[in-house]
Amino acid sequence: MKMFDMEIDGRAVRGREGQTVLEVARDAGIEIPTLCYSDETEHIGGCRICSVQVETNGRKSIVTSCSYPADEGLKVTTNSPKIRKMRRTILELAAVNSGPDVAGDFFSLAREYGADLTRFSSIVSGEMRSCILCGLCVNKCREATHDGAIGFVGRGVHKRVVRFPEKAQTCANCNYCNNICPTGRIKQGGPDPPFPTVDDVLSGRA
Amino acid sequence: MSAKIGSPKELEKLRKEIEGNKGPYRIIVSVCSSTGCVALGSKTILKTLREKLAAEGLEKDVEVKETGCLGFCEKGPRVTVYPGGISYFQVMPEDVSEIVDGALRGGKPLERLLLKDEKGKPAKRLEEIPFYRLQHRLLLSDNEKIDPRKIGDYISIGGYSALAKVLIEWTPEQVLGEVKRSGLRGRGGGGFPTWRKWESTRDAPGSPKYVIVNCDEGDPGAFMDRSMMEGNPHKVLEGLMIGAYAMGASKGYIYIREEYPIAFSNVKAAIEQAREYGLIGEGILGSSFSFDVKVHSGAGAFVSGESSALVEAIEGRVGEPRPKYVHIAEKGINGKPTCLNNVKTWASVPMIVLNGGEWFSKVGTERSTGTTIFSLVGNVNNTGLVEVPMGITLREMVYKIGGGVRGGKGFKAVQTGGPSGGFIPESQLDLKVDFDALTEAGSMMGSGSMVVMNDDACMVDAARYFVDFLLEESCGKCVPCREGLRVLSATLGRICEGRGEPSDLDTVREVTDLMKTASLCSLGKTAANPVLTSMRYFPDEWTAHVEDKICPAKKCKALIRYEVDAGKCKSCGLCAKGCPVGAATWEKKQPAVIDAVKCIKCGECLDACKFGAVTKVSGLQVPAKSVRGRR
Repeated sequence: MKMFDMEIDGRAVRGREGQTVLEVARDAGIEIPTLCYSDETEHIGGCRICSVQVETNGRKSIVTSCSYPADEGLKVTTNSPKIRKMRRTILELAAVNSGPDVAGDFFSLAREYGADLTRFSSIVSGEMRSCILCGLCVNKCREATHDGAIGFVGRGVHKRVVRFPEKAQTCANCNYCNNICPTGRIKQGGPDPPFPTVDDVLSGRA
Repeated sequence: MSAKIGSPKELEKLRKEIEGNKGPYRIIVSVCSSTGCVALGSKTILKTLREKLAAEGLEKDVEVKETGCLGFCEKGPRVTVYPGGISYFQVMPEDVSEIVDGALRGGKPLERLLLKDEKGKPAKRLEEIPFYRLQHRLLLSDNEKIDPRKIGDYISIGGYSALAKVLIEWTPEQVLGEVKRSGLRGRGGGGFPTWRKWESTRDAPGSPKYVIVNCDEGDPGAFMDRSMMEGNPHKVLEGLMIGAYAMGASKGYIYIREEYPIAFSNVKAAIEQAREYGLIGEGILGSSFSFDVKVHSGAGAFVSGESSALVEAIEGRVGEPRPKYVHIAEKGINGKPTCLNNVKTWASVPMIVLNGGEWFSKVGTERSTGTTIFSLVGNVNNTGLVEVPMGITLREMVYKIGGGVRGGKGFKAVQTGGPSGGFIPESQLDLKVDFDALTEAGSMMGSGSMVVMNDDACMVDAARYFVDFLLEESCGKCVPCREGLRVLSATLGRICEGRGEPSDLDTVREVTDLMKTASLCSLGKTAANPVLTSMRYFPDEWTAHVEDKICPAKKCKALIRYEVDAGKCKSCGLCAKGCPVGAATWEKKQPAVIDAVKCIKCGECLDACKFGAVTKVSGLQVPAKSVRGRR
């Protein structure tokens, strides 16, 4: 297998062909925060919290480390003031959908980055769902059950996680999605409260 | 009898046959059947025409052709008569008899239905009028000559001869070389060199390879791709197949947004006929090249125009962009190499083959070659589709082709590139329209919408319009785009309602900055452009809204009120009659009064007043009542 040398935060590290920047960093013990990423399931690359700066041939760009392929000679910066500020804004924006009532990694990261999870609440009013639409539970459910008892409906700000009642009467039986939710929306006993059914959401009842 | 064309020779033979067998017709009357003219009544014109011909037994003398768009949509319905190629505009059913009888007699053209030049002289040739004079119609010029639903029409003007030339005489490398020489860049907006995209797809391992026509045009005010697809689908198909040959692709998709039924049905018909003639299928024109193509109807999502989202949609999933940093040239449909180009890019290919890349590269500017089609709309006198060489200035577009700002108002800005583009102010009107100059100005070429705005437009409100458009169209996958747009929309709403604070401007800057750098796809990355260009070129309007609570353009309803000038008021009562909510009241011999609390700012009183006594005011004593925002 092809190995190569690259640099993360000034440290020389070795990566394997096929690895992402995040994987190389974690192998080297360098922590990059993630929310919608899990090594257990497919991830959608949507939270953008793992954004880092990469430099190749003198060209700098901001990329998500969870999906950017590591390569020979890549120079990565994971923790500059600019990146920290970006992450704080991302956390504050994600909280528009979730509200401040969150736990888990999201809560810890908000503390670490000094993010004010109520920053935009005076500007944008909307239902707070303790969810940042990271998609981990949806993907985990689909992969674990080969079917998908929950899924996304709607586009943009109308996007919701819903339950398909014909596939699952309640959503607290299998527990596959336990421990994967980064916001505490899904607890040990399953989603709490249960995800609304697709019919209720589409008809406006939930 | 099989209609299949087995070789380029047979294609040429067929072309001559069609040419020599034009029927007994003495004249051809072509009627535009594209969306704009249909909306203005061209179907009734056709019906009247056919009834007349049937009633007078003229069916053998007059051929009726339903053709595509000539571009000057606001002057439709358009009817062209051959020989002579005289185009009549704004034709009414009652004009049909006169047109046909006159043409059959060989009489003079009907002057009253001709377009007039600047001096008011009726123009027999289109180039005589300013709207067409500066145009260079390489892509659109065939539209008025052919019935898009008849492959014979396309073949008779030399259609598919570029494909024949390539398949028999050229290697795929030669095609690529010619496209490289032409300097053609992607017409979808980004302006990526077409040859480089083709080369990556060709060199990527995997089989089969796919080619895609992107006709998911969704920018507000844009209809270039629609007209090309409606008016000349075979040209797009021919370009697609030449590209497929160059890249070693054997399968194609044509992605058309659901809202374009005529384009959809015309391209379906084109494919069926091409298949019937052996121009799609196995061993095309006796070569070893085989190709098949399917039409995919979109489901109404703007974001599906993004290449990886479009691929997702074709694969049967929700059209959302992929988070991977792998281009579809390497992993597209079913993980196979895929090349996606805009309608106009593909349609440019046959002429590059026929006339050579060098010929094409001489049109336009050095780094943006060829022509491109804009839909010139908004507050200009002449609206419609215009095809111009790259490098024309915005001033020429607006004042020469567009005939200046409508209604004698002043020019404020021109918006290019749709929701991903930006506003360009008067000071930049001498900017050359090409990929790089527009990007430098903070806007972008986009796929070609060009919306002219007069000084009635509020630039804060205009920025808000695009933000709200994208708020509905963002797929919602990534946080910066989804929540960034939500916060921007709410913040711009506050500012337009007079509730903005200086800190709101910092919020806008912070959020737009994040969206630009951290969004997943180019929809989110460019979504801030309208806001940023508005702030960059019209900072005073933002300050006025935020600090003085004034809308200088008097557009933002919460910041204006209507007042009556007692000196001018003649106490006629028209304003009170026009007011739908009883806010304007008047008593005999007393000037009218408008109750600012009841007023819904509809402007009916202003329109109703014949003495200029009602005025719109912004600033001072703005009532505290606010207008509800969108979210």
